[in-house]
Amino acid sequence: MSVINRREFFQMAGGGLLIVVTAPVSEAQRTAAAGALETRLHIGEDGFITILSGKVEEGQGALTELAMAAAEELRLPVERIRMVMGDTDRVPNDGTTAGSSTTPRTFPLVRRAAATARGLLLAAAVRQFGVGPARLEVRDGAVAYAGKSFGYADLARSPEIAAAYAKEVPADTVVTPAKDWQTMGQPRVRLDGRDLVTGSHQFPSDIVRPGMLYGCVLRPPSYGATLDSVDLGPGEKMPGVKAVRDGDFVGCAAPTSFAARKAVAAISATAKWKTVEQPSSDVLFDYLKQHASAQARPGQDRGSVEKGLAQAQRKMKATYQVPYVQHAPLEPRAAVAEWQQDRLTVWTGTSNPFAVRQSLAEAFGLTPERVHVFVPHFGGGFGGKHTGEAALEAARLAKHAGRPVAVHWTREEEFTWAYFRPAALIEIEAGLDAGNLISAWDFVNYNSGSAAIDTPYRIPNTRVRFIPCDSPLRHGSYRVLAATANNFAREAFTDELAEAAGKDPLDFRLAHLDNERIVDVLKAAAEKFGWRERRKRRKPGAGIGLACGTEKNSVVAACCEVEVDRQTGSPRVTEVVEAFECGAIVNPANLRSQVEGCIVMGLGPALREEILFRGGRPTNGRFGSYRVPRFRDLPKLDVILLDRKEREPAGAGETPIVAIAPAIANAVFDATGKRARALPIRI
Amino acid sequence: MASIRFTVNGKASNVDTEPERPLLEVLREDLGLTGTKYGCGEGQCAACTVLLDGRPVRSCITPVRAAEGRTVVTIEGLARNAALHPIQQAFLDEGAFQCGYCTPGMILGTVALLEAHPKPTDAQIVEGLNGHLCRCSNYNRIEAAVRRAAGYAAEKR
Repeated sequence: MSVINRREFFQMAGGGLLIVVTAPVSEAQRTAAAGALETRLHIGEDGFITILSGKVEEGQGALTELAMAAAEELRLPVERIRMVMGDTDRVPNDGTTAGSSTTPRTFPLVRRAAATARGLLLAAAVRQFGVGPARLEVRDGAVAYAGKSFGYADLARSPEIAAAYAKEVPADTVVTPAKDWQTMGQPRVRLDGRDLVTGSHQFPSDIVRPGMLYGCVLRPPSYGATLDSVDLGPGEKMPGVKAVRDGDFVGCAAPTSFAARKAVAAISATAKWKTVEQPSSDVLFDYLKQHASAQARPGQDRGSVEKGLAQAQRKMKATYQVPYVQHAPLEPRAAVAEWQQDRLTVWTGTSNPFAVRQSLAEAFGLTPERVHVFVPHFGGGFGGKHTGEAALEAARLAKHAGRPVAVHWTREEEFTWAYFRPAALIEIEAGLDAGNLISAWDFVNYNSGSAAIDTPYRIPNTRVRFIPCDSPLRHGSYRVLAATANNFAREAFTDELAEAAGKDPLDFRLAHLDNERIVDVLKAAAEKFGWRERRKRRKPGAGIGLACGTEKNSVVAACCEVEVDRQTGSPRVTEVVEAFECGAIVNPANLRSQVEGCIVMGLGPALREEILFRGGRPTNGRFGSYRVPRFRDLPKLDVILLDRKEREPAGAGETPIVAIAPAIANAVFDATGKRARALPIRI
Repeated sequence: MASIRFTVNGKASNVDTEPERPLLEVLREDLGLTGTKYGCGEGQCAACTVLLDGRPVRSCITPVRAAEGRTVVTIEGLARNAALHPIQQAFLDEGAFQCGYCTPGMILGTVALLEAHPKPTDAQIVEGLNGHLCRCSNYNRIEAAVRRAAGYAAEKR
């Protein structure tokens, strides 16, 4: 990739010329000047502002949120903001787009950069007009006084601004408080929406380069299998096909996907593999316990759990199971790679552009500056695309073929060779004291992780541990990590304790809660749902349940109603009321979509999703056999968003998923008298 | 190899290719119409929906030979000049997308749905679109967009 000067860059970014900085900001400069205004914000001659971020857009709404933040601070219509994201040659490294981190970490950087720029522009106007800032009006990208006005582009020409531009954005820059927001806090459809409805947006799998070939990779028959021998001949003989072997990597590039698949199929027929024995999902939970690490990672430890249990009036224990599930983003992994001598450019869908650049650089012995990763807005991730497998495969094929190569994973490849949400085995033992309050809590999570592992309830004696295991499947991040498993187990078991205590599940929780934010969402959801009245009047064949939780500095509570088919034992969720609070709301329209999306996505692992595997591969890795939520599964949905303008905004794409599975499990008990201690819930 | 002739978005096309190739791949790779998406390759997610002689088909499991002599409409063929189709406008106004990867298929599915039921009931929307997956699980917004689109069409009449 040739070095693009700033002028070309802005032409590529859709018009508008950079006027403040004329030299390109190199990798080294960007690193050295981390936090400098010039790495984050550009003022165009056309009055448009460009915001640069290493975060990526994968449907969660970061692009629009960051643009709204800049528009707010610059007192501009949001349409005058251009976003450049996930482009390693141009943007600061903002880390992985994960862990609900864009809102608490990147969003303040953009707000401060934009507010700093506004301050500089205002100061330039003060010099121009020769009057104090209080008499100037900043509006619509211009500063006006006495019927005259200067646009930002004119003001930005001042040498003072050029000097200030290279300096770090002060950490104490004053930003507009939420109570005064004009742009933020208003519902806003995402800015790239038009390209989505016309089909003109180019997702990673839509990228086409001149002379591009389509790649296909030979996959092993099972996990851990190694290639003994293979004959590339049958594939190479086909017209236009380039075949490559590099260790265990075998793949073909061809003029069409169809031809590439045919070539790989022909080669596959000659391949001899050495396989290794792999466990099956039938024995998953025994396997995890047998392969547990000796090193437990401690969580919340209070008092003495032994003493608490010994003194308890009543002791109870239960085991919970959560299987592997898959993210199954609708766009499978995809990448296009193009070499120009020893420079590599890759377009791919990943949440982690700089880490993918690093892994490509290492794989090909290049310095990272010679690798350019560009991440277009891609078709969903949910924590499942933190890696760059397709990018690496495309780069290997492109290097061999001497042409750009696209690699588009099939759904079956995505289900088999991407990673999974970790399975969890959770054991809990707890005690109730004479006052029917929880006095001891012993909680251990095998394999899935420590997210939201601590209990939010006031319990004097607790021991909380996460024990990593040797996972039989490749596992990794998934929307809110282990918080779903930990919350499911804790909230389902809390219901069992409430029942043993003879208390209403809502009252029992409130009696143990000090966290006022959780209390607020719990009460909001219960009230809207009509929890107390509905507990009194029973509906035959139906049950109600609730659950709450906190993670990523946000809080959630859900009430739901289920109907259980007496014949099949399968529950159907008919209604969900969920209350969510994540501080000051930046974009209520997007937040509602995220919360609704979490609830409905969460129905999948709660009711049906489970990766089954045998012989080292999934046996249900297709949408035909791995049933994800559809229109028919949609319950009556009621989402309550609590806006807390006095709190800093927190991320919201994950936590709203944690309450739904335990709320359903608890409702199923209410309907049937049977406890569901495993996901997916079956009675 | 065979020569397959069909009309795509009002334009005559003639493609020399293996007749068994999925229509989806011919549209995307030979004709550059990348608005139609691959999602599963087995007709389970409907991201690849196009209209074949006005009826919705899963182009990932439709061999290109099946299009011979027929007309295909893809997402690129809906907008007229710069004006969005009312269904596209409704999806945009409602913000009925998150990642947007299912959106082209969803919109073409809605074209067919509203053709059959200009004023669909909620149950008809669910039945009509149940074959379409949205992994961002934005179904609620999409239903609202379909209702809105039906309203726009009614206004026009």
